[in-house]
Amino acid sequence: MKAIVFGGTTGMGRAIAQRLAERGDAVFLLSIDQEDLARSAADLKARHPQQADLGYAVCNLEEPQGFAAALDAADAALGNFDTVIVTAALFASQEALEADIELTRRLLTVNYANTVVFCEHVRKRLLARGGGHLAVFSSVAGDRGRKPVMIYGSSKAGLSVYLEALDHKYHEAGLHVLCVKPGFVKTGMTAGLKPPPFAGEPEGVAKDVIRALDRGTPLIYAPRIWRLVMLVIRHLPRFVMRKIAF
Amino acid sequence: MPGRELLSENLEAATRGAVLCRGLGRSYGDSSLPARLEDKVVGTQLANRILAFDAETGVLRAEAGFCLAELNRLFMPRGFFSPVTPGTKFVTLGGMVASDVHGKNHHVAGCFGAHVRALRMRLADESLVECSPTEHTDLFYGTIGGMGLLGHILEVEVTLQRIPSPWVWMESERVGDIDAYMDGLSRAAPTWPMTMGWIDCLHRGRNMGRGILMAGRWATVEEAGSEPPRTARDKTFPIDLPNWALNSFTARAFNTAYYHRQLQRHVTKLVSPDPFFYPLDAILHWNRAYGSRGFTQYQCVLPRAAGAPAVREFMERLTKLGGASPLCVIKDCGPEGKGVLSFPLEGTSIAVDMAVSPALQGIVDSLNEFVIATGGRIYLTKDSFTRPEHFRAMEPRLPSFLALREKWDPKRRLRSAQSVRLFGDRA
Repeated sequence: MKAIVFGGTTGMGRAIAQRLAERGDAVFLLSIDQEDLARSAADLKARHPQQADLGYAVCNLEEPQGFAAALDAADAALGNFDTVIVTAALFASQEALEADIELTRRLLTVNYANTVVFCEHVRKRLLARGGGHLAVFSSVAGDRGRKPVMIYGSSKAGLSVYLEALDHKYHEAGLHVLCVKPGFVKTGMTAGLKPPPFAGEPEGVAKDVIRALDRGTPLIYAPRIWRLVMLVIRHLPRFVMRKIAF
Repeated sequence: MPGRELLSENLEAATRGAVLCRGLGRSYGDSSLPARLEDKVVGTQLANRILAFDAETGVLRAEAGFCLAELNRLFMPRGFFSPVTPGTKFVTLGGMVASDVHGKNHHVAGCFGAHVRALRMRLADESLVECSPTEHTDLFYGTIGGMGLLGHILEVEVTLQRIPSPWVWMESERVGDIDAYMDGLSRAAPTWPMTMGWIDCLHRGRNMGRGILMAGRWATVEEAGSEPPRTARDKTFPIDLPNWALNSFTARAFNTAYYHRQLQRHVTKLVSPDPFFYPLDAILHWNRAYGSRGFTQYQCVLPRAAGAPAVREFMERLTKLGGASPLCVIKDCGPEGKGVLSFPLEGTSIAVDMAVSPALQGIVDSLNEFVIATGGRIYLTKDSFTRPEHFRAMEPRLPSFLALREKWDPKRRLRSAQSVRLFGDRA
């Protein structure tokens, strides 16, 4: 596998990058911060000194004009990538979003519009070379309109629908689309929030994602128990959803 | 437990405004717990990147949250191991420095801090500094064993130990009583780089302190062969046992079985490092055996000058108080290191697990009084019950440490539940 991990310097993205490098896959990291990228790449290099194909480039989901250049850099370093994993996104609490309309606009733009634009760049390149894998992190928050994730969840709902249709449309052509819906995972993104039951660890999610990539699965919940949790929540009637805080 | 820990992979940013760092939370005491609900405690475990490794010299530099289990897993196949390892591998580099951990090789290798070359820290005034045995020396040696109270440890540079093979050559001997045990320990020390043992501290009378003494060294290439050790699949202790499950009867039965598990008096064999260094890590969440009441550990060191009779007297006091549980580990320590508050001193270290109960405070008080009388001290990493007056009585080094805090953190901004209890910090 020749994989780009967009968001590979933190949380679940980094866990995935580590796991891929560990089994000998070529890895190219994309992230906002140059210094952070250098540290994470040095880490992968130190862990796997025999691994030659490692690289990184700065890429910011808020700046879609830079997407093509970042993908060019990855292509140059890896010699035509065949797998792209996107964990990068913005997160903010519902409280913070309701208090700051500009933050809401940014989050919706990054998590929905710009992520879809990035995927479209990737789709064209992968289809041109006969297919490949595209795994994108959406969220269980997009499965049902819920009070604590009203705005964040809606951005992920849009993303999930796009990924579903992308699979429907291009599966035949050899594009494997994987929509990952993490529940609560203990990373820097959720720092300071109280972990609910079934909270996962980034390493566990990474393992599930890579297995799904290998098998061609179109959708996974991580940890897996969240599929059941969300099944129940999707079927709760409106009068219940109005009452509960979840 | 008050407070919430903030996990972050960016320690430099996260430690701004924080009062404490916490690694994997394996110390039994309250040193990694916040004193107040509002205190910002940074969880370092996500900050686990290796920044540099030199395969020639074995010098490793990594972020403070880098876990010892990962270190072993990655570097053992390359012929390196941690120069010092505590009894669990689920600890971070930062925690190993803050506790200045010791291991089975203390009598030859000293503590972990003796192998640390440099630390990058965020201080109480928010500045970032690098300290080492030549740079900000006082800060460096104060931080080694300083329980995270002089500054936040961001990066650790340490020299790994080169090992001839990833196997351990082990010799274990069943010994009949505490005197034979102590004798065996001191006989093994000059020839074996690693020694330790387990004692049945529930058995009274003539065979008090019967136990199993273990000595080991890294196996040579010839002894080890080419097969790498298998990584056993970890088992998980599934549930909290009810509080009554571990009682004096079941503990006694467990100890008798454990003592007789080794049928021959003397066994030598090749073992893989995991069961040798980390027997308890094989069962994840083993602490659940103690039930919801939980448990603590008491660990002290009695100076060499007090001799074997002091150890015997300690064991007698312990069994009489009835505080003992299955796990009791006795090991001899080499000379005191340079860490200002570092635990070991030349003598005998005793560690005992104890279930939390209303009687526990009295037991700890009584043991502490004995330790003070012999000139020994306790291990802060394991402690959450010692009284401040007892701590002051056993720590003549306390004023030097407080002077360091006065210099590097005059407002005593960095604090923990433990520092409030023992150092008199405001809550």
